[in-house]
Amino acid sequence: MTQTKIDGRAKTREIKRKANLNLLERLYLPEIFKGLSITFRQIFKPKFTFEYPDVKWQPPASFRGRPVLVVDDETGVERCVACGLCARVCPALAIEVVADETELDKERYPKKFEINMLRCIYCGLCEEVCPEEAIVMSKEYELVFTSREEAIFGKDKLLTPASKLKDRLEFLRKMR
Amino acid sequence: MESILIAILKAIIFILLFLTFSAVLTYVERRISAFIQDRLGPNRVGPFGLFQPIADVVKIIFKEEIIPANADRTLHTLAPIISLFVAYSVFAVLPIGEKLVIDGKEIKLVLADVNVGFLYILALSSLGVYGVTLSGWSSNNKYSLLGALRASAQMISYELSLGLSLVGVVLVSGSIQIDEIIRSQANVWNIFYQPVGFIIFLVSVFAETNRLPFDLPEAEPELVAGYHTEYSGMKFGAFYLAEYTNIITASLLVTAFFLGGWYFPFVDIYSGLNPNLSAILQVIVFFGKASLIIFLFMLVRWTLPRFRYDQLMRLGWQVLLPLALLNVLVTGLVKILL
Ligand code: SF4
Ligand code: SF4
Repeated sequence: MTQTKIDGRAKTREIKRKANLNLLERLYLPEIFKGLSITFRQIFKPKFTFEYPDVKWQPPASFRGRPVLVVDDETGVERCVACGLCARVCPALAIEVVADETELDKERYPKKFEINMLRCIYCGLCEEVCPEEAIVMSKEYELVFTSREEAIFGKDKLLTPASKLKDRLEFLRKMR
Repeated sequence: MESILIAILKAIIFILLFLTFSAVLTYVERRISAFIQDRLGPNRVGPFGLFQPIADVVKIIFKEEIIPANADRTLHTLAPIISLFVAYSVFAVLPIGEKLVIDGKEIKLVLADVNVGFLYILALSSLGVYGVTLSGWSSNNKYSLLGALRASAQMISYELSLGLSLVGVVLVSGSIQIDEIIRSQANVWNIFYQPVGFIIFLVSVFAETNRLPFDLPEAEPELVAGYHTEYSGMKFGAFYLAEYTNIITASLLVTAFFLGGWYFPFVDIYSGLNPNLSAILQVIVFFGKASLIIFLFMLVRWTLPRFRYDQLMRLGWQVLLPLALLNVLVTGLVKILL
């Protein structure tokens, strides 16, 4: 049989099909018994189910949960310098940043930083573009809201200490 | 007067027994299906999810009932009733044990002790197709109708081999009374005399109960849900219940005709016992064996893919029917010669 791959190159693969089944095989019954025994053994195999609300899945560092703003542990101030790159790159137009001046070294800070979680598609582009490593994807995947207003996360919900995001930060450095 | 009272009491107990058994069966089937697919299945309601059937029943009773605008209302309502009625009538002649002795009175563990029980079962089980056909016809839905047509063709085809495979049993046991057939197997089960008949009967029973690999009347990938596509609420529940009751009856029949009913091969464990104790033991053994057959039903469901329609017909007419005829012939010859 010849199969054409998507890129146009032909690929030949042999499909083995026994034309002449012997009598035992054509009686079906022995084969059915083989099948039944496989099914039976399957009953005792370990199960894959997570009993979700009781047992929660711990995502790996590569997981892209909801984006959060990183707060430096030493200074207790968010790293964001309100450059607006994340808002610019966000394909879903989910981020709104309003900048203001500050006495701190970084000179600028976001007076208002909002992510509309109804718009966010968890693409991670904001994280990638940020020059300060100030916005990263967390491991949080349980997002529940009952109104559109509630779905807009302001700084109060976004600010997260760096110590809690260690996994992701290390992962980002490794992958850079 | 008293005998009528006993009959009514027996009927109620039988129906309750079968209702409970089918309720448990829905739970067990879901659990085992889940295990086979490496899942856990329903385990939330009560310990191990054992109360799931109760939750299901309560839910299904409170569901809205929808009758399609152009459906034939009378037949649409009648169809599930016929299905359920037939399913529950079949086990009326099925003995589930010998007899209880209470106050010196013998109470046989069978609802109607008729001497043509065998024919009664064959006749009624083919009546079941009316429920399916009418439901498909009255729903005014092409998928329902297709499912119903398939069901009637399938039932008629397999009815023949079903009946013929039992002729062998009747020849061996020398009776068409079901408890006589069971008693004749006290030493050697019929499956050893009639291995071919057993396989034909088993396959036909799968087809008669519309279970995989013969569930063409439902065939959810092709026909949405087949004949009960347009049913909801308790009417759907009635079809569901009828299906499970049919499975139970079918496995009890397989046990009664081929696997020695409540007997074990070569040993008679009931001889010295008090009749009441032995009756209870018999019921347990009988239902235990039937449960194994039901387990086989479930295993087969998750092992074999669904037959194509032409394959189904070919198997029925070109393989099973000639084989069944041959089986009758050989059994008859052996009976005469030996
Ligand atoms: S790209 Fe980074 S630094 Fe710039 S506004 Fe976004 S989060 Fe702040
Ligand atoms: S993850 Fe993507 S969609 Fe969500 S805020 Fe960041 S850039 Fe926008």
